[in-house]
Amino acid sequence: MYDLIVVGGGPAGLAAAVKARECGLKKVLIVERSLQLGGILNQCIHNGFGLTYFKEELTGPEYAARFIKQVEGTDIEVRTDTMVLDITPDKTVHMVSPTLGYRAEQTKSIILAMGCRERARGALSIPGTRPAGVYTAGAAQKYVNIDGYMPGRRIVILGSGDIGLIMARRLTLEGAKVLACVELNPYSSGLNRNIVQCLNDFNIPLYLSHTVTNIQGESRVEKVVVSQVDDRTKAPIPGTEIEFECDTLLLSVGLIPENELTRDAGIALDPRTKGAFVYENMETSMPGVFACGNVLHVHDLVDFVTQEAQRAAEAAAEYVLKGQPSRENIIDVRTAGGVTYTVPQQICPENLKDEVRVFFRINRVFGKSEIVAKLGDKEIKVFKKPFMIPGEMQNVSIPAELLAGTHEDLTIEAREVTEPAADNGEVAK
Amino acid sequence: MNKNYDVVIVGCGTSGAAIAFTLAQYDLKVAVLERENDVAMGTTRANSGILHAGYDPEPGTLMAKLNVRGVAIAKELSKKLRFAYNPVGSLVLAFSGHDLKTLKTLKARADANGVKDCRILSKEEVQQMEPMVSEDVIAALYAPSAVCSPWEFCLTMAETAALNGTEILLETEVVGISRENGKDGNAGDAGNWKVVAKQTSWPNGPANAPKVEEITLTTRFVVNAAGLAAEKIHDMAAPHSFSIKPSRGEYYLMDKAEGFRARHTIFQCPDENGKGVLVSPTVHGNLIVGPNSEEIKNNDYSTTAGGMAFVRKSAVRSVPSIDFRNNIRNFAGIRARSTSKDFIIEEAKGAPNFIDVAGICSPGLSAAPAIGEYVTELMAGKGLKLIKKPGELKLYKEPHHFKDLDAEQKNALIARDPSYGRIVCRCESITEGEMRDTFNSPLPPRSVDGIKRRTMAGLGRCQGGFCGPQVVKLLAEYMGVTEDRIVQDKAGSWMVLRREDA
Repeated sequence: MYDLIVVGGGPAGLAAAVKARECGLKKVLIVERSLQLGGILNQCIHNGFGLTYFKEELTGPEYAARFIKQVEGTDIEVRTDTMVLDITPDKTVHMVSPTLGYRAEQTKSIILAMGCRERARGALSIPGTRPAGVYTAGAAQKYVNIDGYMPGRRIVILGSGDIGLIMARRLTLEGAKVLACVELNPYSSGLNRNIVQCLNDFNIPLYLSHTVTNIQGESRVEKVVVSQVDDRTKAPIPGTEIEFECDTLLLSVGLIPENELTRDAGIALDPRTKGAFVYENMETSMPGVFACGNVLHVHDLVDFVTQEAQRAAEAAAEYVLKGQPSRENIIDVRTAGGVTYTVPQQICPENLKDEVRVFFRINRVFGKSEIVAKLGDKEIKVFKKPFMIPGEMQNVSIPAELLAGTHEDLTIEAREVTEPAADNGEVAK
Repeated sequence: MNKNYDVVIVGCGTSGAAIAFTLAQYDLKVAVLERENDVAMGTTRANSGILHAGYDPEPGTLMAKLNVRGVAIAKELSKKLRFAYNPVGSLVLAFSGHDLKTLKTLKARADANGVKDCRILSKEEVQQMEPMVSEDVIAALYAPSAVCSPWEFCLTMAETAALNGTEILLETEVVGISRENGKDGNAGDAGNWKVVAKQTSWPNGPANAPKVEEITLTTRFVVNAAGLAAEKIHDMAAPHSFSIKPSRGEYYLMDKAEGFRARHTIFQCPDENGKGVLVSPTVHGNLIVGPNSEEIKNNDYSTTAGGMAFVRKSAVRSVPSIDFRNNIRNFAGIRARSTSKDFIIEEAKGAPNFIDVAGICSPGLSAAPAIGEYVTELMAGKGLKLIKKPGELKLYKEPHHFKDLDAEQKNALIARDPSYGRIVCRCESITEGEMRDTFNSPLPPRSVDGIKRRTMAGLGRCQGGFCGPQVVKLLAEYMGVTEDRIVQDKAGSWMVLRREDA
């Protein structure tokens, strides 16, 4: 019987396993489907990782290596090349590997750290033919950085998410011609530093408020058509078509938490995040099963994944060593004013130690604004934000004493602060 | 190269494969010539996958007769050849008094065609059987139809034929057919046909420069099962007598998470454009929605914004709650309709022993095994000697379906070959071992999509995003080439370049 089985050996799983061991769990197992630990970080050979957590700039493999080393220094058991097939409510984890065959392992707690996958062409229903040469940005990244092949010569990228931006630079450096990066929204969903360093520095045009409206080519992509869209309806505007002769279309159009195991296990999923509903301690609706990292909600910085995984591990250790925390008084975390979701979605105020950190995203670009935490109608705390974009995850920390004893739901609301001068000229004096 | 055959079949879609399969039980020399690098590459691989009960075709037509007989054989074949088959049943919904009249007409046709177990259901019965159906439904016709995987259906028949001595020549495009007269020099006597074809091979992998060779086959009978190219093939051998009118249909294929929206194949009342947009579970548990119907000039497999909008709008009339965000793939298929209302299955005028199997649009998939029988009898009537081979047909059995094994069987298999313990396709849980098995099948894959059709790897929600690179690697290893020589689908659909070529 294991104390903890961690499903997934990427950044979330690694940090969780190490932390859980530190917190006193003795028998810990990491199950990883690839041949190596490290997850998607292994193919992210660019730098920019670790600025928050390590206060230095690392590449993806370097960031992963720090945690892999820590794991190797412990008695944490690692099974790579092993796929988890099923998790049953009695906390049995069914897995298969070429060396160990099919196994059903029992455990006292589970941390879900399976990460996410990329949205593919079907999710967008782009019209046209179905030639080879339409790849998700991550698949192209694997071809280039791991397998040593190029996905094509002349490339258009749809979506300005971070992977798409990184691949624009990567493929340019490898000698391909990146003709355009096309973004449906009037703003990029990627980090600002990536727009500058991956597009602007290489003179790759970014078409905001545009999308790919047709893919042509009989065997291989020959042409894509890009059209401007109406910012409100997102419908293509006839007459604005631009044709790009290219052999490759990369899609960087969003990530989806990989929760098939979670759903099959009967754990409640939040349709907004596509991840599990969690309490303040990252515990899912199934007692003793915790979730963290991109399988819970899609992050933009791995540093936050690490921290979230550590919180999940602390809670898993507490669950195993001290038992299930009280779930008598549960309050919901609600959203308002452009906040699209929160993690956690539910809080038991009496279980909080010092504070609860609530992560969320907003649905549009906000200028100078305030994040308001409310219990019922009562504002309990206001946080000032100079600027917020949907591409960057936000968080606020609410002191435990403000929630003590409450039975009211907590609401997280975003509101723009209107400058008197910008609002109405008459008032400005 | 010159070889003598009893029968040469042009085209290895479902019709060609069914004819080859039927002939395989007799002592005959048969070749199937297929232009593409796999079987099932035309109309077969992009359709609804429905085995229709048979209430739709006009009584007395070949369509009616072969549909009803065909689905009866298909049910048996699904067990024998082990292709996926699920008798989900179908509902034709009525929304108005006019529709209700149509249901009664269909029910009468079902009776005339000898389709059993069709009945008209009340609104309450429909809602009970199909909880997600629209509130606006007033009645429905139930029919005992089934769903299958059309390409598996075709592939298993072709594999069985190949295993029993039929030559299936892929990437072999017929370029000429001529009549070689018999002893007395008269056309129309027992002379032979000469079929000239261009055969492409890829010494260094299919993404490389091909080697093209011309081959000639001499045969007593030619069967034209060329689908969309049936008119072209017919005109090589006989005076022009029909045209193919390609009609395109566009589809949504949705994630298995959406599969619960329909328990049956849900139709609306048919009109002049065909059976209309359906909502159906697929045999693999996904939800399929489509098709529209649009006459097209060339064989353009594009999906269109307009076509897909029409499909969505029509489908939600039947099942309002479909969540199109769960779409994983859109595709278009082309029906090989002809200028005839019925199937054209006959000896071409002025071309003795040249048998057309043309205009095989819906219910072609349902009718296929019966088309095989019918064409065989037709040729027997013209002197083809049918002598049964001794013993039973050899059957190709896919060695293993890892997913379906119990724990003990899984472990025994992995102990014997560890590659069955490595899951390559996460979405469908397909192991490396199962992919390797296809390389030893009677018709090994030549493309990444060929592996998909044989194992389902890449068919799931990530659409090959994760397993694609690994499948390319396996295929390259098997073919003895580098990964840049591997194609996704047809010739020319290369996937990656070497750095020095980029």
